[in-house]
Amino acid sequence: MPYTRELKELIKKVEATRSARIEKKRRGEEFHLLSLKEREERLKKYHPDFKEGSRKEIRVGPSKGYAISPEIVDLLEAKSRVNPDFIDLNKVTYETDVLILGGGGAGTAAALTAQENGAKVLIATKLRHGDANTMMAEGGIQAATKGTKDSPYYHYLDVLGGGHFKNPPELVYTLVTEAPKVVAWLENLGCMFTKSPEGRLMTLHGGGTCRKRMHCAADITGAEIMRTLRDEARNRAEHIKVLEFSPAVELILNEHGHCAGAVLYNLETEEYSVVKAKAVVLATGGSGRLHMQGFMTTNHYGATGDGLILGYRAGVKLCFLHAVQYHPTGAVFPEQAEGLLITEKVRGAGANVLNIEGEQFVNEREPRDIESSCFIRECTEIGKGIPTPAGKVGIWLDSPMIEILMGEGAVKREFPGKFILFKRFGIDISKEPMLVYPTLHYQNGGLEYNSRCETSVPGFFAAGEVSGGVHGENRLMGNSLLDVTVFGRIAGVSASLYAKEKAKDGKLNLDHVRRYHRELEEAGIITDRVAPMLLPDYSNPNVREHQLTAHYLGTIR
Amino acid sequence: MPTEEVKKEELVPIFIMGKRYEVPSSLTIQKAFEYAGYQLIRGCGCRGGICGACGTVYRFPGSYKIEVGLACQTVVQPNMYLTQIPFFPATKGVYDMEKIKPTIETLVKAYPELLRCLQCNTCTKSCPMDIEVMDYMAAAMRGDVARLAELSFDCVMCGLCTARCPAEICQYNIAILGRRLYGKYIAPQADHLAAMVKAVEKGKYEQMLRGLMDTDEEALKDLYNKREIEPEQADEDWTPKDKTHL
Repeated sequence: MPYTRELKELIKKVEATRSARIEKKRRGEEFHLLSLKEREERLKKYHPDFKEGSRKEIRVGPSKGYAISPEIVDLLEAKSRVNPDFIDLNKVTYETDVLILGGGGAGTAAALTAQENGAKVLIATKLRHGDANTMMAEGGIQAATKGTKDSPYYHYLDVLGGGHFKNPPELVYTLVTEAPKVVAWLENLGCMFTKSPEGRLMTLHGGGTCRKRMHCAADITGAEIMRTLRDEARNRAEHIKVLEFSPAVELILNEHGHCAGAVLYNLETEEYSVVKAKAVVLATGGSGRLHMQGFMTTNHYGATGDGLILGYRAGVKLCFLHAVQYHPTGAVFPEQAEGLLITEKVRGAGANVLNIEGEQFVNEREPRDIESSCFIRECTEIGKGIPTPAGKVGIWLDSPMIEILMGEGAVKREFPGKFILFKRFGIDISKEPMLVYPTLHYQNGGLEYNSRCETSVPGFFAAGEVSGGVHGENRLMGNSLLDVTVFGRIAGVSASLYAKEKAKDGKLNLDHVRRYHRELEEAGIITDRVAPMLLPDYSNPNVREHQLTAHYLGTIR
Repeated sequence: MPTEEVKKEELVPIFIMGKRYEVPSSLTIQKAFEYAGYQLIRGCGCRGGICGACGTVYRFPGSYKIEVGLACQTVVQPNMYLTQIPFFPATKGVYDMEKIKPTIETLVKAYPELLRCLQCNTCTKSCPMDIEVMDYMAAAMRGDVARLAELSFDCVMCGLCTARCPAEICQYNIAILGRRLYGKYIAPQADHLAAMVKAVEKGKYEQMLRGLMDTDEEALKDLYNKREIEPEQADEDWTPKDKTHL
């Protein structure tokens, strides 16, 4: 759907201020950046995390009393999908050295390094191999690679400032020092990063960065990384087996209290099966599909927080989950594209964000939580948002500026994915601005782990979005692709070493699940809800009323 | 978003695998499936047009033409009859990236069927991403790896080209081999990256980072506030005034 007449009228106000804004930009005059104190005020007043009812205490488990999103609490306070008594752990369907749960960026990177260390690897994933938020990451991957102006020192400071100085230092140290190495690793695997004819990697700013260190592959950086890693894993199919449409529904421990496998569920045949492994890597990703506070999301269909549930029941603590990331720029128009991620790279390339009058109200490169808070403020308290025909409200993202700043054809060249997508809807984003609003984007926190990806359960490792800590309370752009590749690789190494040197064979059990069920009961939680959720339910409730013989278990029959 | 949010609006008939359903006219094919009562397992991935899970083919009554689209990106049209092709068997060459060269021999060795290409253009017509598939196949047959990589860059690997190819070629896997060859062997390597990796491995930043890790929050905030910000419009050769932490 092209812009309506009303919206086209409003776009004239954006055009009216554009040339003056371009001149300012060329002179290097930026809209003032907020001080740390101002940031805090905006955050507390407007960020969805601070809204009443946005957090609820967990009543059971290792992080009992910790207040996080009610949508996650409800799943943590649910029962296992399957009665542990029904599962015969003596019947092992698959046996492997390293079992990796999740076939996204972190899981696939882990598979590669585990295999290189001599491990036999099995990846079990809920949808297809590569169906993950990694695939959807657009803007880029951060790394200090230009020694004449940047270093891991500055990257470290930026990560901490973005995360409100709460991030565990060791994790951040690992992230920023491994960063140049993973970019080199990806280059060597054949990732087509955007480069100059001399081979200099193109780097841009992101929100909250002091140096331009965002490397990209046009505007599909995540897809380029994911398809390259997947292709490499497929080249090693002899040692890296992949089970698709087979999510894990429970971890299996052994008599020594070590993690020793998982129960998988075949989404198509509805069978449960047992995998025995010497070490397990959890890389199941995030939880945007839980739609916290009813927000739309940029996340993948499978992002339902499954790994949190599995790890928590096995006794691993949660951290930083109280902070949810809302990406400032999710599309709100046209309706078909609602929630769709508009990469931060658009702002990194110079596009202003504007209110209904075509005025700037915030610098376009604040950290995400601050930028989002300012958008919400502008649309609510200030009342200068742009109303959409569907009754929503948005902010202008002035993409045509890029065309003027970087030369004709720049939008199509730098953002081919978005350009073609909007073109299909009759909107030329090199000439018309986009309408955006904050959208649920990233799980800042997760399961506690250390810089070797170890959790509190021996033999159980975590990497990527399911883990929490490295980003503190707010991740910066370009640090998630970095996170999955850095910690995915480390998890693969740690797990394969553990499998080789430390794993102790023992009788398998699901006692932790029984214990967890008992704890729920003792806390007086009576529920027929089951978790993990596996898939969100978008089916039509009117139709469901007529599905008389369907006995639903969560969302899957 | 949940279908509850779909407001009362004009309903249009569509035929999902031949069966008639009435769905709101603003929905994408993907949301129309869900509105009709399906819970998708196959054929649904990122819901944002990049993962390639939801390749869909459809026709209109009275038209011979096979239309294609990604279900998450294509808005329904009255009387379309459609099916998803969420999976199609593909060939996958196995190669060791360290041992191959960016040549036609590499492509043909991994995918001998490449040379069966008839240049019939069905692949291009089947591509929901508007990629010139036939042209990149021609580039592949000429051994022009750079052109193959460039033309196929936007590929989401949905497999619709492969499903329709009369020569039984798996174009998208040939394309990713081409892109990886380009990225590894043809594109010039980044010297500044190699230099940085060396510096990190030599421990150049070790002391300053350990220093930061031992700094208390207030002092860190001070350092953070005083960071010199690279101007957005700065040239590639911009350098900061303070070089002590480079």
